[in-house]
Amino acid sequence: MTVPMSYYLTLSAIVFLTGLVGVLIRRNIIIILLSVELMLNATNINFVAFSQYFHNVAGQVFVFFALTVAAAEVAVGLAIIIALHRAKSTINVDEFSLLKW
Amino acid sequence: MIYALIPLLPFAAFLILGLAGWRIKDRAHLVAVPAVALSWVLSVVAFIEVALGSVISVPLYTWLTSGPLDIHIGLSVDRLTAVMLLLVTTVSGLVHIYTIGYMHGEPGYARFFSYIALFTFSMLMLVLADNLLQLFIFWEAVGLCSYLLIGHWYERPSACSAATKAFIVNRIGDFGFLLGLFLAWASFGSLTYLDIFAQAHQSANETLNLLAPLGGHWEVSVVTLVCLLLFTGAVGKSAQVPLHVWLPDAMEGPTPISALIHAATMVTAGVFMVARLAPLYNLSPTAMSVVAIVGGLTMVLGATIAVTQTDIKRVVAYSTVSQLGYMMMACGLGAYAAGIYHLLTHGAFKALLFLGCGSVIIALHHEQDMRHMGGLKENLPVTYWTFVVGSLALAGFPLTAGFFSKDDLLVSTWSAGPLGQILTIFGLLTAMLTAFYSFRLVFVTFWGPSHVDPHHAGHVQEPSKTMTVPLIILAVLSVITGYLGIPGFLEPVFATGSDTGSDHSGGTAGIMMTATLMGLLGIAGAYYLYVIRPGLPDQLIRTWQALYQGSLHKWYVDEAYDRTVVRPTFAMADELWTKIDVRIIDGAVNGVARAIAWGGWLLRLVQSGQTQHYALGMALGAVVFLTVLLIF
Repeated sequence: MTVPMSYYLTLSAIVFLTGLVGVLIRRNIIIILLSVELMLNATNINFVAFSQYFHNVAGQVFVFFALTVAAAEVAVGLAIIIALHRAKSTINVDEFSLLKW
Repeated sequence: MIYALIPLLPFAAFLILGLAGWRIKDRAHLVAVPAVALSWVLSVVAFIEVALGSVISVPLYTWLTSGPLDIHIGLSVDRLTAVMLLLVTTVSGLVHIYTIGYMHGEPGYARFFSYIALFTFSMLMLVLADNLLQLFIFWEAVGLCSYLLIGHWYERPSACSAATKAFIVNRIGDFGFLLGLFLAWASFGSLTYLDIFAQAHQSANETLNLLAPLGGHWEVSVVTLVCLLLFTGAVGKSAQVPLHVWLPDAMEGPTPISALIHAATMVTAGVFMVARLAPLYNLSPTAMSVVAIVGGLTMVLGATIAVTQTDIKRVVAYSTVSQLGYMMMACGLGAYAAGIYHLLTHGAFKALLFLGCGSVIIALHHEQDMRHMGGLKENLPVTYWTFVVGSLALAGFPLTAGFFSKDDLLVSTWSAGPLGQILTIFGLLTAMLTAFYSFRLVFVTFWGPSHVDPHHAGHVQEPSKTMTVPLIILAVLSVITGYLGIPGFLEPVFATGSDTGSDHSGGTAGIMMTATLMGLLGIAGAYYLYVIRPGLPDQLIRTWQALYQGSLHKWYVDEAYDRTVVRPTFAMADELWTKIDVRIIDGAVNGVARAIAWGGWLLRLVQSGQTQHYALGMALGAVVFLTVLLIF
């Protein structure tokens, strides 16, 4: 009894949307970064599902790339967060609104 | 071809003085006077050549040709033009010399000479024109020069207003002239005089339906319409009623230009035009009657105002208006040669009178009111005697040129039908008034006890030779131009082949004697009122108060214009300005700007600075994009 592909896609969608909403709603920058990671991992689930069901290993290879990029991105992102914290002693993203009218 | 130099020499003087006048300053006359003098010499040569029989024609260049429209600039000298050339160059030359003394030491010396040189050029090109458009171009140019010269002392607000008034009133007439020009081209297919005359003969019976745009029916002869429209230009230029109002105010300008422009040349351009277009006017008796009646009205109006004026220049100005009326009346009654004859003699003696006034004005340090003069004949002998000669000519005293020309005029108008006879009677009565006010001026200014301001009374003396010599020359001309056989010389130009002309029936001697009698009566009247019984004028004024006030205030024409034209125009301009220009037009422009600014003010709210807002925007955009992609 194989799991239908749609289950994996649905899961991926749910995780992606969770991550998206998290990016848009949360005020803590670290949580936002976490949510971005969620989105990336959701796409990874998608790729793996496709790879399994179309018997094409390319999907899993792409996951490698995506994970690597995600890791690098986290490193840079945390560095930026630390820089922001040094500037304003806050990690509430609402406070960083200098570029406004 | 050399005759092209006649107008071009003064033009060159204008250019040189206009551009380099600030360098030459007090020696500006060294450029202007030789130019005009040479022009005069060439005019004499041209005159001789024309007198010997040929017509000179010098096409200069073609301005543009566009289908049937052919505009060119060219010179054409026939007998009429030849005498006008002599008039313009002679008077202009004498005025140039006079100006050397009159404007001596003034800061605008070179500028004045450059403007009168420009004027001389324009007037010469006007009389030399062989087509209507060239006439019109230089018609406007002399109007411009008049504006520049009246406003020569531009720091005086009264001078500036007078200059503007002259130009605007002229322009009103020129509007009609332009319409006439358009109609002439549309009807006759050409603007050249000869072509128009030829074509008009053939189109003599064509009519135009004036009420066509309104769906009505009013047929008017095309030739009549053209003549009347062109005449409105002459009404403005030659100060006929109702557009005469600018001429007396033009006395704000320096006296030399009053002599040149407003006596001898520019104002005669209207009369010249009517005479030039005589073949056209002869085809339209209606237009000719209008011309004659307008001339007659002007003649009477000018004289009736001149009798009460106290500014010596105004007296001479209204006299000019009146005499121009005489000339126009003569032309309107078919007596073109007589009209031009009077134009020429008038040019001499009126210029003389103006220059004489200038001499008095300078001698009395710019005093112009005759009530502050008197007893000047011992102090200013040359001025006095030349002024008397000029006044005698104006009054038509026997043996002066004015006598011959005025008599010729009145005799010719008498033989021009019933309208002519009525107008001749008015002409005779006006002749008496003319003599009266001329000698009133002489007696009050030069005779009697002196009312001169005591400050100046001590050193009233004859001005310099540059001013007195032109006076003497003009005085001589005021006499001898009567003996040169001018009417006979001009007759061939206006010969129509029909019976009009010197139809001197028995009325001739009668008219001449009546005219002379009127003149002598006028002089006698002035003598009685101002020499024998000096208190009488004041008594008469008290008795006839209403008439006196009317005459003194120029029959309230200016006031009428102010009420009916000037103030409504200003009121309308104010309305248009505040309601339409400020509210609607500026409002629209500013409104557009404000709308855009408001839009920007709204749009800036998008930039909240919150990164998450931008991310939301991106997400929504992606959703929309995908939706569109999936559906379509």
